[in-house]
Amino acid sequence: MSFLRFGFVTGPLIGALWLLTLSTTVAITFSFATGDPFRPSFWLSLGIGAVAGLVAVGPLARLQKLGAIVAVIFALTMIGAGPMVAEAGSAVRILAAAVLAGVTGWTTLVIMDDTPLHRLTRHEMEAAWIRFLTGFGYIFFTAIVLIPFYVMVMTSLKSQSALLQNPLDFSLDLDKGWGLFRSYKELFQDFKFGRYMWTSFYVSVLTVFITLAFSIPGAYAVARLRFSGQKAFSRSILLIYMVPMIVLALPIYIAFSMTGLRNTVIGIILIYPVTTIPVALYMLQGYFRGLPAEVEDAGLMDGLNRLQVIWKITLPLALPALASVSLYVFMIAWNEFLLAFMLLDDPSKFTLTRGVSMLNSSEIPREHLMAGAVIATLPVLVLFLGLEKFMTKGLTAGSVKG
Amino acid sequence: MSVATPPKGTGPLQKREARLAWSLLLPTITIVSLVVILPLLSIFWISFKPISLADLRPPAPILRESLRGSGDDMRIEYRLRNSSQDVEITDVTIRDIFPDSLVVTGALPAGCALSGAALNCDLGTLEPGYNQRLRIPVALAEGFDEDNAEEAAEGSEPRVTGSGDSILTNSEFTLSNFQRVFDGDEFWSVMWATVFYTVFGTVGALVMGLFAALLLNKSFRGQGILRGLYLFPYVAPVIAVAFTWVNLFDPFSGSANALLLQMGVTSEAINFFGQRPLALIMVTVFEIWRYFPLSFLFILARMQSIDSDMYEAADMDGASPFQKFWYLSLPMLLGILSVLFLLRFIWTFNKFDDIFLLTGGNAGTRTLTVNVYEQAFAISNIGAGAAVAVVIFGCLLLFSFFFFRFISREEGL
Repeated sequence: MSFLRFGFVTGPLIGALWLLTLSTTVAITFSFATGDPFRPSFWLSLGIGAVAGLVAVGPLARLQKLGAIVAVIFALTMIGAGPMVAEAGSAVRILAAAVLAGVTGWTTLVIMDDTPLHRLTRHEMEAAWIRFLTGFGYIFFTAIVLIPFYVMVMTSLKSQSALLQNPLDFSLDLDKGWGLFRSYKELFQDFKFGRYMWTSFYVSVLTVFITLAFSIPGAYAVARLRFSGQKAFSRSILLIYMVPMIVLALPIYIAFSMTGLRNTVIGIILIYPVTTIPVALYMLQGYFRGLPAEVEDAGLMDGLNRLQVIWKITLPLALPALASVSLYVFMIAWNEFLLAFMLLDDPSKFTLTRGVSMLNSSEIPREHLMAGAVIATLPVLVLFLGLEKFMTKGLTAGSVKG
Repeated sequence: MSVATPPKGTGPLQKREARLAWSLLLPTITIVSLVVILPLLSIFWISFKPISLADLRPPAPILRESLRGSGDDMRIEYRLRNSSQDVEITDVTIRDIFPDSLVVTGALPAGCALSGAALNCDLGTLEPGYNQRLRIPVALAEGFDEDNAEEAAEGSEPRVTGSGDSILTNSEFTLSNFQRVFDGDEFWSVMWATVFYTVFGTVGALVMGLFAALLLNKSFRGQGILRGLYLFPYVAPVIAVAFTWVNLFDPFSGSANALLLQMGVTSEAINFFGQRPLALIMVTVFEIWRYFPLSFLFILARMQSIDSDMYEAADMDGASPFQKFWYLSLPMLLGILSVLFLLRFIWTFNKFDDIFLLTGGNAGTRTLTVNVYEQAFAISNIGAGAAVAVVIFGCLLLFSFFFFRFISREEGL
């Protein structure tokens, strides 16, 4: 790889790959935003990018480089021989070309910062490549995460026929005003989504409480008390946590069918905590182990018994962990699909996820399905973003099931 | 003078602690064994049973009563049926009370006796598929008209009892379920899909997570926002994101196809979730997309706890960025990476709902877990589904053996 150690090799290489990345990104962004056809031109991107990379490592002053790259890319894009081909109204074309040219000029110079034209030291070469990979990484990850969620929200706001005509046109007809949210309104009015939400909510909250009631004493015993079999016990928690739900769902289905618990919310409330207790046990015991035992010993010396120690000392200290475990359990219960799908048939008892799966039929337009998906996603995302610090701490404190 | 010796055995304090521990654990143990251990055992039991979805309801006698005829030729008819076509029902009895408005005139069917107004029938055994009418000739009592009589006769519900031999509890066993599961090419295609999905899904999610963690392992403005954003796929309900992917990659109206067509990458629409082997690759990509946040989170947490002194020393010695990553970061991350690999491997192996929602197990994406559902519910053969579940459980025991051999050497987790 020694040929990479020259600025006039590394510069054009990175420049070419970078411009290809950027033109693809800008083309996709503008396609999704306007519905007009934009597409990157593969070979022209590589070629023009290579030149831009060479200019960026070249001897000119910084502002001259910037001006040159921006001007050339803008001009070429406008005459149709640039890294991106656009067939759109002139205003949109000018905007897209300007964005592409500006971003390319600026970022190429940042990537090629302190990269000389001739011999590079190993550090200079690697630093340039790392800056390129970092930029690529940010674009790549942001795109793959954002695009599905963007499509989900936008599809829910558009009519199916409009999307069939041009699947890329996500622009919204703002004249409709509140009419944009028609599919949401119909879901709440005709499909009883308000009720499903309420069912999901109270099932999840009850699951959290039942889970905590069982797992706090259990986790404390495993983490703190000495008894024979303690080690085997903490291992079997992990083992149980590895049993796949579908294996359990089959006998649970049979048992529930025979006892009449199938198709009842009570049955769901009975079964959800069992799926979350191992997770909660595992997370909590990790946290309890991390608490200083001296504080509890002091409590014991002062005449409290164990239960009082747990209530008055350990639990208040473990409050952040309890919060994150609760959040996590809430998320699992809210998102749970398999058991709800197998055990509930009666539309009046559906949880939200079960309700959304009901919308997946050819008779119901797709915007309803996507609106249902948004309704199911929004509460957990809001909860999660609001309490992200808790969540990330809790998730990493004990390892977590997916 | 006595010599002080350290106490031997378990002292009273220690015993009390152990007792407390067990009493704290008792509720958890009870509920977990009720809902985890018991079903696991029953899975083994069911896997040896020739049972289908329809057998879940045990065979029972079904009885309908009606008053037929008019005038002199009146009779009460009991239509008795065995609900099962292949299991007999034993000790069948009927109990009914005749209304005052009817008088029994003729002979009772065999096995029946009348005491006052109460009818008792002991019919013994019903053959499989039994479907007969028992007729009792009756006449109107003085001063009642026919409509009243019919209402009264059919108003008093007859009680029927009988014990059927449920296939779940009898002693009939078979190996045909396992034969069916291991039979033919299907098993190998299922195994191949499972291995492909598990291995590539796990490795892919780890590599992507490592890459994302490297990106965010520095502080800059917006780092928190990006970290939150990158966790979205993991936090959102699987049903929402799976349906979004199906929409996005729809062959007719999906945006992904439209985009590819417009860019000239392909000349005709691609059926991403409907053709082999693309469907399997797509569900694996979905798995990677959905679970890279988890590996990312753990790897990032570990990265941020690495002491920066080491890197400063490496800087002094002139190490380049790639050298620092390869010789310093990677060895430090090896522990968490291997633990994550094992955990994710097992959980990916266990994954059901993702594939089920994306393809329903079609187009060569049927993994072992999806096969459980297919056998038990799509083909209604619960026994075969249970047999697949037993195979899964066997694999799992194997994995956890490796896991515990390995994890005892690793920190944390």
